[in-house]
Amino acid sequence: MDKTVEALVIGSGPAGMAAALALKENGINEILIVEREDAPGGILLQCIHNGFGLHRFNEELTGPEYAERYINLVKDKKIEILSGTCALDIVDDGDSKKAILLSEEKGLLEVSAKVVILAMGCRERNRGNIAIPGTRPAGIMTAGLAQKMVNKSGYIPGREIVILGSGDIGLIMARRLTLEGARVKAVVEIQSYPGGLNRNIVQCLNDFHIPLYLSHTITKISGDRRISSVEIAPLGESREPQNEKSFTLACDTLLLSVGLIPENELSLKAGVILDKVTGGPVVDSNLMTSVPGIFACGNVLQVHDLVDWVSEESAYCGKAAASYVRNGLLKGREIPVKPGNMVRYTLPAKVIAGTEAVISLRPMAPAQNMSIIAKAGEKILYKKKEKKIFPSIMLRFPVKDMPEDAGCIEVFFSAEDKK
Amino acid sequence: MNHKYDVIVIGAGVVGAAVARSLSRYKLRVAVVEKEADVSFGTSKANSGIIHAGFHDEPGSLKAKLAVAANREFDRLCEELEFPFERRGELMLAFTEEDVRILQFYFAWGKKNNVPYMELIGRERTLEMEPNINPDVMGALYAPTAGIICPYEYCFALMGNALENGVELFLNEKVIWLGKKENGEFEIDTENGLKLNSTYVVNAAGLYADDIAGYLGITDFKILPRKGEEYLLDRRVGNLVRSVIFPVPTKTSKGMLVIPTVDGPVMVGPTALDIEAKDDYATTRDGLKNVFMHAQKMVPSIRSSDIITSFVGIRPVATGNDFIVGATKVKGFINAAGIQSPGLTASPAIAEMVSSVLLKEGLRMEVKPEFNPHKRMSFTRVRHLLEERNFGKFREIIAGNKNYSKLVCRCENVTEAEIIGAIHRGHTTLDGIKFATRAGTGRCQGGFCTSRVMEIIHRETGMPIEQISKKGKGSEIFPIPLRKGVSRG
Repeated sequence: MDKTVEALVIGSGPAGMAAALALKENGINEILIVEREDAPGGILLQCIHNGFGLHRFNEELTGPEYAERYINLVKDKKIEILSGTCALDIVDDGDSKKAILLSEEKGLLEVSAKVVILAMGCRERNRGNIAIPGTRPAGIMTAGLAQKMVNKSGYIPGREIVILGSGDIGLIMARRLTLEGARVKAVVEIQSYPGGLNRNIVQCLNDFHIPLYLSHTITKISGDRRISSVEIAPLGESREPQNEKSFTLACDTLLLSVGLIPENELSLKAGVILDKVTGGPVVDSNLMTSVPGIFACGNVLQVHDLVDWVSEESAYCGKAAASYVRNGLLKGREIPVKPGNMVRYTLPAKVIAGTEAVISLRPMAPAQNMSIIAKAGEKILYKKKEKKIFPSIMLRFPVKDMPEDAGCIEVFFSAEDKK
Repeated sequence: MNHKYDVIVIGAGVVGAAVARSLSRYKLRVAVVEKEADVSFGTSKANSGIIHAGFHDEPGSLKAKLAVAANREFDRLCEELEFPFERRGELMLAFTEEDVRILQFYFAWGKKNNVPYMELIGRERTLEMEPNINPDVMGALYAPTAGIICPYEYCFALMGNALENGVELFLNEKVIWLGKKENGEFEIDTENGLKLNSTYVVNAAGLYADDIAGYLGITDFKILPRKGEEYLLDRRVGNLVRSVIFPVPTKTSKGMLVIPTVDGPVMVGPTALDIEAKDDYATTRDGLKNVFMHAQKMVPSIRSSDIITSFVGIRPVATGNDFIVGATKVKGFINAAGIQSPGLTASPAIAEMVSSVLLKEGLRMEVKPEFNPHKRMSFTRVRHLLEERNFGKFREIIAGNKNYSKLVCRCENVTEAEIIGAIHRGHTTLDGIKFATRAGTGRCQGGFCTSRVMEIIHRETGMPIEQISKKGKGSEIFPIPLRKGVSRG
């Protein structure tokens, strides 16, 4: 063994750093964070726009500023970060976990840890995943790759841009490329509502008169060496493209902002069971995965829309992981949490009777004047009226005082008391 | 530089590469001219990667003769050139009584073609061999000598070895004129103004072989493009099949297949559609539906939601449907045209046939004693070591070269040392590096590693970032620098 620590954190984005800080605050001293890039901060470093930290710091920061606050805290606490290092594998090793790391500096390393916190983030869905028909020219890329190259390296992909998908990164890039002199001709969204936050629709599209085509999709990509045009068609009642109503837009770049996928290849190697809806690990209320001693937080667990919630969730995870190191497995009856009416998913999958938990969820579709309710049998554990709900906005709430004999907790939206 | 050669090969696809390597055995000046930015970038890179057993082709045809002869060569070639190749067998499935009769028909063809070890097997045995096949299957024609191969790595290996043995390769050089001078010498002009002369020309121009022949007034064949769409599935679906799974053939193709690849992921396709344009590389909604309908009939658990990428290959079908390999009415001009399926399989035999035609046409072919049939490896692939958790071996490799500890493509486990190796072997486009190393072929499709690979190309070759392309000029990835003096990284 090259190194033995109490806690190993995989990833130094907002999730990994918040989790590591919480570990430290809760009495864990031997912590190692591994980061595959050259420096800590994660994807925040390429998000040079503002809007970060409104909840966490009560002020509006850019991505790098938000990251810097955490990087400084991690440095102050003297938590070790090993950059340029990939985690290749995690295996059981008695009471501990053994991680195989590949470090640019130090080569292959074996690190033993009592707990491992997965904080690897997510990746972007790409063209292949959505199988857009047409040719395969240059000029088609995910919005995040374009963001990295524009913001960190200073190169833009083209001048005439079409964006498929209205996820937040796509919207942010619509504004960013417009500011750099490119013309964003359309944002095309297959759903009847935007994929990103409303504030981004307003600030990134409406303010720049960029048209948003809802219930439309790209049915064909043309171009030999470089993309030359896309064919866009509205969707009919059956959600199939109506080719007779299609139109063509000339472009030299197509950005894809069609969803994020938690990056769990390492988790799978470690034997962690994944949830089919979130793409992240199935966790209990301590954010521990199906493998005891392995925890998960941030976008590797569920894709978040605000970094502030990533930090909050990860701090919670770090605290729980610290307790695991000190006290071992939390014993208690497990109560399953189930998504009900209008709820696409809930997380965690189960809570331990007698403890507190934070439940996150996303609605299936936009709606107005709904109450979000968490119920155990007849007992209402939580209830709050939401004026407007969107799939793009994750809801989070705490539940406590769970009845010891509860069979399950159901979380659902209800329009019952409209007055 | 004296651009005067004994033989010029037009086209650096699998046929051109195999011919070049064959000719590199002899004391000859040989050049290959290719219009694309890298070897195999035309039809070959989109090949299904199957070394066929040889029962699909009509007895007596050149296709049948060359494919069966060449199949046997692959063990030796693989040993010499170290490209990925595995004999996995082919299974042609029958789902109806009519299909069963068709199997018998192809079994008889295979016998006539001298395909060894073929068997007609029943339902039980078929399902035992391939448990994921539709249990409605009635039986199969089994040919164990069929194999799977990585088509572009095979082409790179052939050409790489040819170059090591003295062949010259001109990439990004599109032939726009081919003529014969009074002294009998051929002269070739390219779009960029390169002028080449030779005594012999081998026409391995794939889809454009008829255009090349046309410059010399040879108009006795046409190349008809036949499009095929293929879909590659995510690694996570696992080893759905071990052998290559065929339906009974259609009139125009071997049908839509379920293909295990040497790199792991399963591929489904190809469609077969005769098209007008030789550059119609667009996949279609119909093609996708068609491929998955046929594939799911054979292997029901295949899902289109597992697609990670798709592509089109265009088969060059010559008039008459058979390969055209041989001398022409123009002395010294040799055709290797109409090389559709089973062209990849037949390529070593096509190359030998071209060599013997050249000999007959009067080329002096003296064996070169210094010919080295073994390709020099420029890098080691670490992916398999990581998959097998062979960390001891991996440590040794890192000790020899620290760049192996820099993981660039994390989906396919490709390190910086491999990328640098590929660049130094002449691959300087993103597609070229992707095919040579697999960086960017995984589930994120280059979302993470593209910028890193670009930085490495820039560092190793000095090429400005804005000129780095996907597949040659006109396909630059980030063509516009925002302002001068901006730092990278």
